[in-house]
Amino acid sequence: MFFTNLRRIIQSGFIGFWRNSFVSLSSMLIMVVTIFVVGSLNFVSVLLAETLENVRARVDINVYLVQGADEEGIFAFQERLESLDTVEAVAYTSREQALIDFRASQPEFNEAFDILEENPLNASLNILATETSNYEEIQVFLESDAALDAEGENLVEYSNYNNNRLVIDRLTSIIESTRRAGVYTTAILIVLSILITFNTIRLAIYTSREEISVMRLVGASNTYIRGPFVVSGIIGGVFAGTIVLMAFYPLTLWLGPGAESLFGSINIFDHYVNNFFELALIFVGTGILLGAISSYLAVKRYLTY
Amino acid sequence: MIIFDNVTKKYSENLPAIENIAFGVESGEFVSIVGHSGAGKTTVIKLLLAEERPTEGFVFFDKIDVHNLRKNEINMLRRRLGIVFQDFRLLPYKTAFENVSFAMEVSERSDEDIELDVPYALELVGMADKAESFPNELSGGEKQRLAIARAIVTQPDVLIADEPTGNLDPVNTYEIMQILKKINSLGTTILLTTHNKGIVDSLGKRVITMERGRVVRDDKQGRYII
Repeated sequence: MFFTNLRRIIQSGFIGFWRNSFVSLSSMLIMVVTIFVVGSLNFVSVLLAETLENVRARVDINVYLVQGADEEGIFAFQERLESLDTVEAVAYTSREQALIDFRASQPEFNEAFDILEENPLNASLNILATETSNYEEIQVFLESDAALDAEGENLVEYSNYNNNRLVIDRLTSIIESTRRAGVYTTAILIVLSILITFNTIRLAIYTSREEISVMRLVGASNTYIRGPFVVSGIIGGVFAGTIVLMAFYPLTLWLGPGAESLFGSINIFDHYVNNFFELALIFVGTGILLGAISSYLAVKRYLTY
Repeated sequence: MIIFDNVTKKYSENLPAIENIAFGVESGEFVSIVGHSGAGKTTVIKLLLAEERPTEGFVFFDKIDVHNLRKNEINMLRRRLGIVFQDFRLLPYKTAFENVSFAMEVSERSDEDIELDVPYALELVGMADKAESFPNELSGGEKQRLAIARAIVTQPDVLIADEPTGNLDPVNTYEIMQILKKINSLGTTILLTTHNKGIVDSLGKRVITMERGRVVRDDKQGRYII
């Protein structure tokens, strides 16, 4: 009997969705708006994350090592740095490489370097932190005994952290604030959209309250009354999610290049194409959850004995 | 079969809807409960359907205290009571066939039973040719006949008709009463509430008269006397 009841509930849900088309359509349209908000926030958060990541990747510090430091000691120091959780990558530039790079970038100084008998440039380590807020901690590490070689000599001549400190602090603050604002805005917009959807579906089901009372009086169980409404809600959610998924194709195609040049990060159309199935799951899943939970709660109100 | 044991229902402290109601209904009886609007007829029905709880007293159906039942037991009780309302209360997005079959579906009857019994119930109330019509395509009389088909299709022990002819013209009223009498003759207990004197007088059956929430008369072959 369980499967017979399930079939009847699903069938009744489909029929109710189709025959009560005006109410179904209005609930579905509100769900489209909500899922669209969720989808837009997804794209915005991807853009934001990519932009912040780009900014973060451009912030680094250079540690200039003392002249005469042997490479074995430098590599050991590099390894110690790389083992820190706060450090994402450490790149070593030898004195010779530094000179080659300098000559290539500043050819007008080549004659001056030719006159010099010795390479005046220091070897350096370029450090990229996992978060911009970690640089202060890394600087403390650089000033600790960890920067000493096997003979107890300090390997670090100086780092440019203190020169860049103001910029790093400001960027850290901007990145943190932007992330926080993004999370709060996303949460508020999602909650508002969900509340609007809940209330719209509640109003839609309010029009069926007489129908529900009749079902109760003929002895229908709560599951049997609620089931078709939940199924209708799920159908509406699936349609709404699919509509939003389709709507984002032309939208991201149109907005992609503009957003890419504006934010200097990824093309959102590429994000749409590359994450199509994930987005489909998010949109349709959101629709199903919204439709099912809203309908469930809305009907519950009329199921008192 | 049905016993109201000194039942009082108060919606507000000083104004009881019904007070010390006590009567019984035997299986197979046709009982009319009459009285002016506000006499308490509908409250009696609601108490029997466990839609309302009594403030005092007990309501028994088949020796079961109706208000001592759990939720799923209330559903089972309601499946044994067919009900017809003055305002029909049909399911608007279901066809006539589906309205009737719904009552069988909630009673967990098989598809085969539904295919067999629904046409029979529709035939019994003269609605076989309207099986695919929606309620908004039916006249008042047809809606009420459909409501009766829905109420009887599960072969309930009692058919409760709450002012079933209140919205109908004399011709439809007569037809509905003929259907109710026919159903009663097939063995179903009928509990009819009405304030239509003509109907009650023509039935020549038991009449319980209510006034201001109290039973003032209970005649075996009564008439509408207020």
